[in-house]
Amino acid sequence: MNSTHLENAGRRDFLRKSALAGGGLVLGFYLNPADSAAKRVAKPSTILETAEFKPNAFIHIAPNGTVTLISKQPEIGQGIKTSLPMVIAEELEVNWKDVVILQGDLDPVYGSQSAGGSRSTPTNYEEFHRLGATARTMLIQAAAELWKLPATELVAKDSAVHHLASGRQLDYGKLAEKASTIPVPAPEAVILKDAKDYKLLGTRIGGIDNPSIVTGKPLFGIDVKLPGMLYAVYEKSPVFGGKAVSANLDKIKSLPGVHNAFIIKGGSDLKGLLAGVAIVADSTWAALSARKQLKVVWDDGEAAAESWAGFTAKAKELSAQAGTEILRNDGNVKTALEGAVKKVEAAYSYPFISHASIEPQNCTAWYKEGALEIWAPTQNPEAGQKIVTETLGIPKDKITLHITRSGGGFGRRLIPDYIIEAAAIAQQVKVPVKLTWTREDDMQHDHYRAGGFHFLQGGLNDKGKLIAWHNHFVTFAHKIIKDGKTTLEPGSGANLSGDEFPGRWVENCLLEQTPLECNIPMGPWRAPRSNVLAWVFHSFIDELAHAAGRDPLEFRLEILGDKDIIPGTGKQDLPYDVNRMKHVLQHVAEKAEWGKKTFPRGQGQGLAFHFSHRGYIAQIAEVTVSKEGKL
Amino acid sequence: MSKYHLNINGTPKTVNVAADTPLLWVLRDHLNLVGTKFGCGIGQCGVCTVHIDGVPTRACLTPISKVGKSQITTIEGLAKNGDHPLQKVWQELDVPQCGYCQAGQIMTAAALLKKNPRPSDADIDTALSGNLCRCGTYLRIRAGIHRAAEIASKESA
Repeated sequence: MNSTHLENAGRRDFLRKSALAGGGLVLGFYLNPADSAAKRVAKPSTILETAEFKPNAFIHIAPNGTVTLISKQPEIGQGIKTSLPMVIAEELEVNWKDVVILQGDLDPVYGSQSAGGSRSTPTNYEEFHRLGATARTMLIQAAAELWKLPATELVAKDSAVHHLASGRQLDYGKLAEKASTIPVPAPEAVILKDAKDYKLLGTRIGGIDNPSIVTGKPLFGIDVKLPGMLYAVYEKSPVFGGKAVSANLDKIKSLPGVHNAFIIKGGSDLKGLLAGVAIVADSTWAALSARKQLKVVWDDGEAAAESWAGFTAKAKELSAQAGTEILRNDGNVKTALEGAVKKVEAAYSYPFISHASIEPQNCTAWYKEGALEIWAPTQNPEAGQKIVTETLGIPKDKITLHITRSGGGFGRRLIPDYIIEAAAIAQQVKVPVKLTWTREDDMQHDHYRAGGFHFLQGGLNDKGKLIAWHNHFVTFAHKIIKDGKTTLEPGSGANLSGDEFPGRWVENCLLEQTPLECNIPMGPWRAPRSNVLAWVFHSFIDELAHAAGRDPLEFRLEILGDKDIIPGTGKQDLPYDVNRMKHVLQHVAEKAEWGKKTFPRGQGQGLAFHFSHRGYIAQIAEVTVSKEGKL
Repeated sequence: MSKYHLNINGTPKTVNVAADTPLLWVLRDHLNLVGTKFGCGIGQCGVCTVHIDGVPTRACLTPISKVGKSQITTIEGLAKNGDHPLQKVWQELDVPQCGYCQAGQIMTAAALLKKNPRPSDADIDTALSGNLCRCGTYLRIRAGIHRAAEIASKESA
């Protein structure tokens, strides 16, 4: 088991070198299951072919038995660089110690390489089983032909094909050359392993990069170093979207170690290249030191007038009007609330928050002869390539993007702002340049989790049952032009779904939404929507349970009701397995001894559940509040 | 710019940098020792922790002119073969998630174990309170330190 570091060349280079070193089997597959069997045919390679071959490959078996697997998805700490290759290794029947994992560059042959929304495993899992199983089938066939035996008498295990009856075996390395001549079998001829026979999946395998992490080997984007590389910092307007009018560039250029300083004009799209001043120096510290003396005249723009106090007042004003969008309207909330025995009202709000991934944003770029090479800690390499093409006009096929390990992602690195900044700087300096954001840059120029305001009303009948639920969500939005018309579009993760619990459950339910314009960059942040909605809705459910004088667990179980499955009705929503949620909730209540423990005054338990990213979760928290009212 | 003669991981090194250059950037940009990370530059996150004469120190706040003849140890030099008990245990327990903070965690933990070979949970929490982990691996870090302490005590017994 091994991993490779940044000092290794790219994947193509690796394959070229390893091929030159003595041949091997390279299997490549198109990932789109809709592709015809013919298109899915791998290009078996020989020594000579590989030198020129552009492999769309995930699996490489060298004659010495080394199995190289390509990890296509960015590794941001979620473990995908280990887990997806494990799936291949499982089906391939290869010993994990024989496996080397390489991070693939951005390449359309791999299919989607974006890591976000907890989708990397569910969208690739089955295909990766097929990749491994297909290779295993071909290796068995290769042995069958060499031994002139039926393939059905052979089994693959421990990186070798075995003929159990005679005790013969051939290691994969020895079979590689023959296997490269075997046609790729039709999908129906490939049999996946039975889950009960798994040896790797379901066991704890340490992260493939752990040995490098604990010894401080170069691994992350910020660790990239190229010959002749310069170091850049980039100062943007303290007001979002502000323009740089002028700067003391001559002074900056005269400072020690500084090679260049220039204004980048930038555009008005908060997700695009924003205006700023680049300082390029021969070390990070020289660039940072020069930046302390930088004086910029900014044209602040309209965001300068915005404030949280202003937003709060405006949200309250908007909440008194009807929502501009009705997301759900079941029964008659107005009548139900009027007829309710008890009515509870509350307003919940939450602020903008930053991702604060611990590795500050950074990107290394090298522009030469119209082509751009990029090294980026990114969750979304496709977006990085796209923004460079759209902003700088560098064609896609002239952009090479190497995906480095990321020191945290949390959604932040889905936005490629730091990539386009590095690219724009690189285009001017024409030598390798690493852009490093400071922590202050990272906090001030995030694409924040959107804040929001929920105005809630709930009604209870004489039995303390929840009969009415009204939520007016005032959400932050950007002004955009869509189909020639100006419109307000809620930030990422800042739009409510009509299916969100308790929508679909309460007989009189009105969910409405009104956008509130802002000029603050917003982006996906750790389980978008869920990270706030669970808190808002369950806190209010708790208020209702207390108003009804009922146990919050029992109150919730009553809302969930007796149906097994509630189908989804909205655009993005999935069927809701009510039984499963009830089981999870009851299980956690049992484990935490809900209702059985006695607490002194000022202490207590609270519970909540939520359905997010196909997951059913319930939590119980035990909290203590001081005499002064502090948590 | 001035010349500084440094002792890093037992090896003499000479760099020619401005006097106020933090040790962090000397390590990373000038000496290619990138295991010591940049996180905040103001001593608040702990990812740049190194040992100066055995004391865990924030390299981002240590100007090179103040280093003098001190022995500097970075994650690369913690153990000759990368086999410090903490380095082994970190792999055994799969402590890292993104891994960015872990060099700093290990350096602080190594200094703690030297001073206090069998630390309690409270000792660990106090000693490592300045080392942030955005992924939240704190429970495994704590387990890792206990395990390393246990191994070390068996080895010395």
